[in-house]
Amino acid sequence: MIDWSGYIGLILQGALVTIELTLMGSALALVMAFVAGLGRLSRFAAVRALATVYIEFFRGTSIFVQLFWVYFVLPFAGITLTPLQAGVLALGLNVGAYGAEVVRGAVQAIGREQHEACVALNLGRFQRMRHVILPQALPLMLPTFGNNAIELLKGTAVVSLISLTDMTFQAQVVRAQTGSTLIPFATILVLYFVMALAISTGVRWLERRARRGLDGVRA
Amino acid sequence: MPSPIIRIDNITKTYGPLTVLDGLSMDVMPGEKLALIGPSGSGKTTILRILMTLEKIAAGHIEVDGEQLYHMRKGDSLVAADEKHLQKMRTKIGMVFQHFNLFPHKCVLDNITLAPMLTKGVAKAAAEARAMKLLDMVGMADKAQSMPAQLSGGQKQRVAIARALALSPKIMLFDEVTSALDPELVEEVLNVMRRLAAETDMTMLLVTHEMGFAHDFADRVLFFDKGRIVEEGRPEDIFRNPRQERTQTFLRKIIAAGHRV
Repeated sequence: MIDWSGYIGLILQGALVTIELTLMGSALALVMAFVAGLGRLSRFAAVRALATVYIEFFRGTSIFVQLFWVYFVLPFAGITLTPLQAGVLALGLNVGAYGAEVVRGAVQAIGREQHEACVALNLGRFQRMRHVILPQALPLMLPTFGNNAIELLKGTAVVSLISLTDMTFQAQVVRAQTGSTLIPFATILVLYFVMALAISTGVRWLERRARRGLDGVRA
Repeated sequence: MPSPIIRIDNITKTYGPLTVLDGLSMDVMPGEKLALIGPSGSGKTTILRILMTLEKIAAGHIEVDGEQLYHMRKGDSLVAADEKHLQKMRTKIGMVFQHFNLFPHKCVLDNITLAPMLTKGVAKAAAEARAMKLLDMVGMADKAQSMPAQLSGGQKQRVAIARALALSPKIMLFDEVTSALDPELVEEVLNVMRRLAAETDMTMLLVTHEMGFAHDFADRVLFFDKGRIVEEGRPEDIFRNPRQERTQTFLRKIIAAGHRV
């Protein structure tokens, strides 16, 4: 008879690493999404080009390859990262590239008449974006941001390839030590699902908040 | 004789191969109430949009309140205006749109206070006090906390007028402000504008298909067709005894379509 409590504890330790990666990766992805997404709308051609190169590169190459580059190749350029730093960087940059297109699409979905009202009221470019366009674009971004965050959560499993002891890595350790396949993999299946559920619930809550008033119901 | 507050000198506006305004010149005197009428596509709305710096001109000059709108002095020569110059010029002009263009994520009060607080640094309390006065004037004080989506078209347009007034422009542009409204809501907006015309000395340019209102409201009526002023004069002359055949045809069509004069 196997004493499962210790092994489950191991998987839960891995779950913490997965959560940590997801939170930090999402934070970086969010920043990159806004920087690159707004960059693509810049009036300066050089900024637009830079943002486009970033987006196309990180969407067009595999997350595995990106992770290997960050962890195994960057040291040759004198930059050595811990596995956690490398994981956050690769995941954040990768998912941020997808998010950037979400930001751009949402900002462009706000009608020309809103921009014209801003001009007529003499708001500056930054003020228009900050006070009028982004508050209306944000509710449009949230559903896809939720998708991206869940993708990022599931993508965290690749970091086991650079010896980070995330949930998937620990499940494999448990499987090797106990010989049981069903229990460790069923456990992480449930845990991934619960984490994804937490993300979608959180995003839906944010969406409701951001939409408040727009549909004629004053909260 | 005071000098014109708006001086439009030989401007041309094109969209690709289409010429919308063709060497147009006109002056507007301070305090004048001007109605611009004419068939769709005649260029009347384009003039308002150009004055609000929403469209660029291909050629010509515009002077507003003694300063070039699209040009600025640099040494001895006139160069294209930069954003800073445009921002300065925009403080002189306000605009009300056909589709209101209220900010849907802000309540009525915040719609009005946003620009004074951001562009003029007015304190929140002062901006709100002034906004309430303006809302009172347009009969919307009880809706200060409502969201735009809760208002009727006529109410939205009255808020939009108050919002433009909050910046105290010298010139107000009204672009078909009743065209998007249900017929029974038109009058409440026109009433606000009548009051505004009676109580202020603002210069007002009005693009409209409400001929009856144009007749009562305007000091001078300009009839546009194909990017040119075909005929202009006092409203009683233009509406009762139009000299040009194109003006006559246009007014006949409008009356046939059920608009009163």
